[in-house]
Amino acid sequence: MAQKAIREYDAKSILAKHWDKYFPDFTYAYETVMVQNGSELTEVAKSKSWLKEKKLVAKPDMLFGKRGMNDLVLFKDAKPGDVSLAKAASWIDEKSTGDQKVYFSFDGDTPAGEPSVDKLTNFIVEPFTPHEQSEEYYVSATVVGDNDVIYMSAEGGIAIEENWDAKVTEVAFPITATEDEIATKIRANVPKDVAEKDKAQFAEFCIGFFRAYRELNFAYLEINPFVMQGNKIELLDMVAKLDDTAGFMMVEEWGNVEYPTAFGMEAKSPEVEAIEEADAKTGASLKLTLLKPEARIWTMVAGGGASVVYADTIADMAGIDDLANYGEYSGGPTTGETKFYAETLLDLMTREKDPQGRGKVMIIGGAIANFTDVAKTFTGIIQAFEVYADKMKAVDLKIYVRRGGPNYEKGLKDIKEAADRLGLYIEVYGPETHVTDIVRMALEK
Amino acid sequence: MEQLYTKETQAIFWNNNKTAIQRMLDYDYTIQRKTPSVAAIVAPTSGNKFEKFFFGPDEIMIPLFKNTADAKAAQPQADVLLNFASFRTAYDVTMEALEIGGFSSMMITAEGIPERLARGMNQTAREKNVIIIGPATVGAITPGAFKVANIGGTITNIVSSKLHRAGSCGLVTRSGGLFNELSNIISINADGIAEGVAIGGDRFVGSVFIDNMLRMEKNPAVKYMILLGEVGGTEEYKVIEAIKNGTITKPVIAWCIGTIAKYYDSGVQFGHAGASANGEMETADYKNSAMREAGIHVPTSFNELPSMIKSVFEGMNLAEIPEPEMSVCPTVRRSKEFICTISDDRGEECTYAGFPISSVATPDTGKGIGDVISLLWFKKQYPKWATDFIETVLKTVADHGPAVSGAHNAKVTARAGKSVVESLVTGLLTIGPRFGGAIDGAAKYFKYAHDNNLDPKGFLKYMKGEGVPIPGIGHRIKSLKNPDLRVTGLMNFAAANFPSTPLLDYARTVEALTTSKKENLILNVDGTIGILMVDMWRALGYEESEINEFIESGTLNAFFIVGRSIGFIGHVLDEKRLAMPMYRHPMDDILYDVPEAEEI
Repeated sequence: MAQKAIREYDAKSILAKHWDKYFPDFTYAYETVMVQNGSELTEVAKSKSWLKEKKLVAKPDMLFGKRGMNDLVLFKDAKPGDVSLAKAASWIDEKSTGDQKVYFSFDGDTPAGEPSVDKLTNFIVEPFTPHEQSEEYYVSATVVGDNDVIYMSAEGGIAIEENWDAKVTEVAFPITATEDEIATKIRANVPKDVAEKDKAQFAEFCIGFFRAYRELNFAYLEINPFVMQGNKIELLDMVAKLDDTAGFMMVEEWGNVEYPTAFGMEAKSPEVEAIEEADAKTGASLKLTLLKPEARIWTMVAGGGASVVYADTIADMAGIDDLANYGEYSGGPTTGETKFYAETLLDLMTREKDPQGRGKVMIIGGAIANFTDVAKTFTGIIQAFEVYADKMKAVDLKIYVRRGGPNYEKGLKDIKEAADRLGLYIEVYGPETHVTDIVRMALEK
Repeated sequence: MEQLYTKETQAIFWNNNKTAIQRMLDYDYTIQRKTPSVAAIVAPTSGNKFEKFFFGPDEIMIPLFKNTADAKAAQPQADVLLNFASFRTAYDVTMEALEIGGFSSMMITAEGIPERLARGMNQTAREKNVIIIGPATVGAITPGAFKVANIGGTITNIVSSKLHRAGSCGLVTRSGGLFNELSNIISINADGIAEGVAIGGDRFVGSVFIDNMLRMEKNPAVKYMILLGEVGGTEEYKVIEAIKNGTITKPVIAWCIGTIAKYYDSGVQFGHAGASANGEMETADYKNSAMREAGIHVPTSFNELPSMIKSVFEGMNLAEIPEPEMSVCPTVRRSKEFICTISDDRGEECTYAGFPISSVATPDTGKGIGDVISLLWFKKQYPKWATDFIETVLKTVADHGPAVSGAHNAKVTARAGKSVVESLVTGLLTIGPRFGGAIDGAAKYFKYAHDNNLDPKGFLKYMKGEGVPIPGIGHRIKSLKNPDLRVTGLMNFAAANFPSTPLLDYARTVEALTTSKKENLILNVDGTIGILMVDMWRALGYEESEINEFIESGTLNAFFIVGRSIGFIGHVLDEKRLAMPMYRHPMDDILYDVPEAEEI
C-alpha cells in the first residue's frame, strides 16, 4: 500500500524541517513533543523549557480524529488555558492506563455506533495558543482522480465537514502544473470569507503549503485549523499521509518517520511483521493479512490478482467466517523466501484444531505464472512441509494445489510426491482445471 | 493506431533481462517473424557490445548500448521501449525516452514508482501521444505479431493458450497473472485473443482500460472485449460511459474481482496497490452491477466467467480462425563458443563477407588485395579510391632495408637455422610502440588534437606535457627541401582521390610549425599513413567512435604488419639463399662494464 498515515507529530516535524523553504515569510515556533507517559513528559521538560513556562495542550497522537468530541483534548484544568506541566503529565498517565473507548462517529454530540477499544500510547503536547476564532483557517491537499486538489477555508475547526460546500474553496491542478500557474490560481481563488487585509498572506501560506505537499510527496496533508496572526503561524491540528513508495528519495526530507497502526486496529502479529520485513528485503512480493486465525481455510496463493479471486470464491462458497487469511506471493520469490512464507502460514494454521472438529484446508493456488518458476517455489513449500508434517496431520489438514506456468509439471509432481511420502492429504491440479475450482472441491469433502 | 503492435514492431529492451528477451525471441521464431522483436538492449553497466540469444536453433547477436539515446540512434525503427529498470530508475528512463522521441509505446514493469513521479510520467506521455503500459505490469501482446517480455509465460503455455496467433477477443486486465489465466480460459471457451493488455497494478498507471478498449473498438481483428477489473478506482465507469454514449459498440464481457473486500474495513489491502475502495462506487459489487445495467455481460462470479465467455462467443457465430504454420523451437540448444562474422565456409564455396572467393580472386573480377582487406577486416565494400589507398600503403611499408630492428631480428633468426615462419614472427614481434608504432601513434595523437581543436602550438605544448615526441614527425635525413617521395606520393594520391583530407590538412599546419624549428621535423611516411587512414574512414562515413575503436584495437598497426611481412619474408629468403652462417655479434662492438655484485 503506497499511502500511509503518519502521526501529527511527524507531520509537523517534517513541515518544520523545511519551514524556511516553503514559508520564508512566516514563522512557526515548532514547540511540540510526543511522549508515551507522564514521566517521559517531565523528563523532556528538562531540556525544553517552554513545557514549564507555558500553559499546555495535550491530546493522543494515534491517527484518529474527533478527539475533542471524545473528551481527549486536555486544554483546561479549572478554566481554558491553565494546564500546567504537572497536570498534563498526570492526565497523560491517567489516559494511558487501561483501555479507552473512542467513538469515530457522532450524531450531533451523541456518539453513534460501536466504540473502538484500545490503549492510548502516544500523546502530543504543545503550548496553549490564545487566539480569536477569526484567526483560524483551514487548508488541505490530496489527489482526486488525476489531479492534485487544494481545499481552503476561512474557517477551521471540527465543523468544517458539516459546512463543506458553503465554506470550502477547492482548486484542482494537473500534475504538470508549474509553480507559477499554481501560485496565480491560488491567489485568484482565496475564499471570499478571508478578511480583505489577510487575503494576500493567506494565499502565500497556501502556496507554500501546496508546494510542500507536492515536493515532499505527501499523499494527503491537512491543517485544521492553522492560526495566522500576522506572519506568525500555529499548526493546531494536522493529519497527513505519505506516499511511502517515494521513501527512497525522501530519506533526508522525511527523517525518522514511522507508520504506526491506528488506534483500534489490531496490532500486527509478529508473523505478519516478519513477512513484511522479508517483503521489504526482496524484489519479489510477499504479503500476509490475518483475517481470522482460528478459521479453517488458509490460502497460500501466488499473484496479486489470483489471490483476490481465491478470497472472493471462498467468501462466496464458504462464507468469510471460514477464511483465516489473505495474502500472496509473487514476482519470482526464491526457494528460501517461499519456504519462509510457507512455514509462517503452516505454523499459524497448525496451532489450534478446528473447534467444530472439521479438518483444516490449505489452498495452494495460483494462476498460470508468467515468469515465476513453479518448481522452484514449490521446492520451498515442500521444505516447509517436511518441517511441519506432524503438526499438519494433527489438525487433519487437507491440501489442494492448482498452478500453471514455467516448470509447473515438475512442481506439481514434486509436491505430490513429497506429500505422499510425508503421509499428507493432497490433491494436485494444473492449468486444465479452472483456477478456483479447487475451492469447490475442498468444500465438498 | 488500430493495433498496438505489428509483426514488424521492434523494441529497445532497457536492462539486459536475458530470460525475458529469450522468451520474446522464442515467440518470434515460433510465429515466424522475419526480424527479432528486440532490436537493441540498453545495459548501462555492461562493457559488452552485444548479447547472444537463440533464434530457433540458431544464435543471433543483439547489440548492447550504454544508454537509450545511442540505442535509438542505432535502431531508429524500434519504436517500443520495454522499460525493465527498477522502481528507482524507471521514471528517469521513461522520461529520457520521451525526450528522445520516436517511440509509440512504452511498457514499464517496475512496481512502486513514487506516485507523483508516475503521474508526471503518465501525463507527459499522454501529451506526447505515447501509450504507456504499466507501471507494475507484465505487458501486452498482439498474438501472431509481437509479445512483450514474459507475458504469456513459456512458449509451451503460449501455444496451448493460443497466443501464437490472433483470435477475436480484446482482453484488458489489471493483473498480469490473471491475464495469463484468462488467455487460457479464452482459448478453451472461445478462439483466443486479438490483442491483450495488462494495464498494471499500481494506483497510477499510464493507459487505462478505456484507452485500450477504444483502440480495440477500432481494430477490426477485435470482435468482442473482455475486461477484468478490480475493486478500487473508477476506471470501469469510463467504459460504462463509452458504452452508453455509443463509442464502444462491440460486445463486452466484464468482471471486477475483490467482491470480498466489502466484508472488511479499509485496513485490509486486497491485491494490488490500486485495489482499495474509497466509497461504495469503488467496490467490486457496485461496479459489477453498474456494468450489468449498462448492458455489459457480467457473470455472477469469477467461476461463471468461462461459461459466460463461451455463450457470448458462440452467439456471435464468428468464422473459424485458420491455424497458421508454426516453427518449433528446439528444446535442447547449445550456445556457440565462437562467433564468426567475416567469412563462412559452410556452403559450396567459402565467402568473404558474403562474397565467394572466386568473385574477388582473379584479375577479371577487378578486385585487388585492398578489396579483400575491406571485406575481411571491415565487412564493407570500400570504393576503389579507398582500396587503392590501402594497397598503396601496403606497398609503401613493405620494406625499409635490412638495418631496421625487425628485419635485423628476422635475419639473425634465419641465420640460426630457423624456418621461414619462425624467422618471420621474430621480426614481427619487434613491431610495437617504438618500431612501426608511429602509424598508430600519429593517428591517435593528431586525431585527438584535431578533435579537441588544439592549434599547432597548443598541440606541441600538449605533447610536451605527455612527455613523448610527436609520432609521425621527423626523419633521419629527409626535410622540406629534400622531400620523402613516398610521402609526396601518398599526399598526391589523397589530393587527387580523397573527397577531403581534414586531418592531413591539419597535420600540414603542425608540420609548418615543427619544420620552422628544425628542418627535418617533417611529416614522415608513418605519420602520413596514419593520418590519411583517419581521413579515409571519415570520408567513408564512419562515426568518430568507430574510428577511435579502429585505432585502439590496433587496426593501423595491422596494415604495417601485413605490408612489412612481405619485406621480412624477403630478408629471410635472402638469408636462406645466401646460406649465411650462424651470426655472432663481434665482441669489440660491445661495451663491457661489469662490476662485481655487492653483497646486501
